[in-house]
Amino acid sequence: MSEVVTIKNLHKSFGQNEILKGIDFSVNYGEVVSLIGSSGSGKSTLLRCINMLEHADKGEILFHGDNVLEKGYDVTKYRAKLGMVFQQFNLFDNKNVLDNCTVGQIKVLKKDKAEAEEIARKYLEKVGMAEYVNAKPKQLSGGQKQRVAIARALSMEPEALLFDEPTSALDPEMVGEVMKVMKDLAESGLTMLVVTHEMSFARDVSNRVVFMDKGVIVEDDIPQNIFNNPKHERTREFLSRALEKY
Amino acid sequence: MATKTFWDWVGAIVTNYGQMFISGAGTTLLIAITGTVIGFIIGLIVAILRTIPVLPQDNGAKKGFLKVINAILAIYIEIFRGTPMMVQAMIVYYGLMEAFKIDLAPLTAGILIVSINTGAYMSEIVRGGIESIDKGQFDAAHAIGMTHWQTMTNVILPQAIRNILPATGNEFVINIKDTSVLNVISVSELFFVTKTVKGVALRTFETFFVAGVIYLVLTFTITRILRLIEKKMDGDGTYTIQASSNMPDGQFKVGGGLPK
Repeated sequence: MSEVVTIKNLHKSFGQNEILKGIDFSVNYGEVVSLIGSSGSGKSTLLRCINMLEHADKGEILFHGDNVLEKGYDVTKYRAKLGMVFQQFNLFDNKNVLDNCTVGQIKVLKKDKAEAEEIARKYLEKVGMAEYVNAKPKQLSGGQKQRVAIARALSMEPEALLFDEPTSALDPEMVGEVMKVMKDLAESGLTMLVVTHEMSFARDVSNRVVFMDKGVIVEDDIPQNIFNNPKHERTREFLSRALEKY
Repeated sequence: MATKTFWDWVGAIVTNYGQMFISGAGTTLLIAITGTVIGFIIGLIVAILRTIPVLPQDNGAKKGFLKVINAILAIYIEIFRGTPMMVQAMIVYYGLMEAFKIDLAPLTAGILIVSINTGAYMSEIVRGGIESIDKGQFDAAHAIGMTHWQTMTNVILPQAIRNILPATGNEFVINIKDTSVLNVISVSELFFVTKTVKGVALRTFETFFVAGVIYLVLTFTITRILRLIEKKMDGDGTYTIQASSNMPDGQFKVGGGLPK
């Protein structure tokens, strides 16, 4: 299996706080990796470091063999190849649903408008939002916004999609619609790295689960092993707390 | 012989000098509009420059360049916000003449000063507008590979400009009133013209009363027009569901109240 991104000894601090204390791991093509752990464990920071929204202090992030942290590396091109879905959706409020999905294709990938719209409609169809192309973000519900955000990321046809707690800001009854879209994407073979508190997604949909605690990766294994037979005490404690609500 | 009343004098001044008042008001409007538009553009450019992020992977030249630009812009804003426009007018107009032998027409000098002055205020207003936009939208734009310029022009500024429209209108109104200080460099704007009229009509109260009414009409009209623009920019708050196979009627509107 070949890797999309490989991370070597990644460190990141905010002031005195060391959030990431040496992370090593990689995501392979076609894999769905769930990143779990309690709040403050560094999951989201790791995700934001991977697509350079935060700049890591030390270590390497290899993409097609190049270290993206090197001076002079074309960060915008790299980001265009890694999609990102945010907890707060972050749709462009001044643009309607269709334009949210075409602006990146037109401005960054330099596609013409007609082609961009065709691609955007295809992915909006996929997330069940094709009927809302004219709506503005403020007119949509949380679940609808998140599905549009997923379509926006897919419209860039990235090599992998990063999800930063995509359902944490949603009302409970809307979690299902977004989860269903993500499950469909996972089954279609898209490479996904998902920071999530949805243990059912981690257990039933992903091929690999990475458990983080206090800035380090504690355990990295297939879901069956993590959930049924965790090797570390910390993993066991976290899971018993996380699964309590089920 | 009956003495002339206040309104008699006002009527006489308007009849005899109306043309002068109109030309003065025209000059005032010209300077205020041009100055506000140019100042607005200066404000946008300054704010874009001042918000360029410095990244750890940037090379030293870029970092140094940005530092210098930022320092220059900060000095520009401090100086032009921190001194009266009347003083700026004297310094620019007479200073350029004495030091560089540049003899600007008073009107040109007036527009230049109002533009630069408004630019300094607008820079801070635009910066505030940019900061009012949720940071997540910057993240999202960067995450799909947009550059700072693309993020600003496609996503952030359209929203920031809408948010700062009331403050921009304020600047416009202030400019209409503050062009009066340009009389110190003999720009024949409304205040300058009024002083001239007073000199020949010899009725201070009535002459300035007419000027006051004209200023009020100008500013009132401008604020109403800006309010209309704001409403237009906000849209009508409805959207149309696109036809799909299970919707034989084609399209219907959502969010526009009950169907009629």
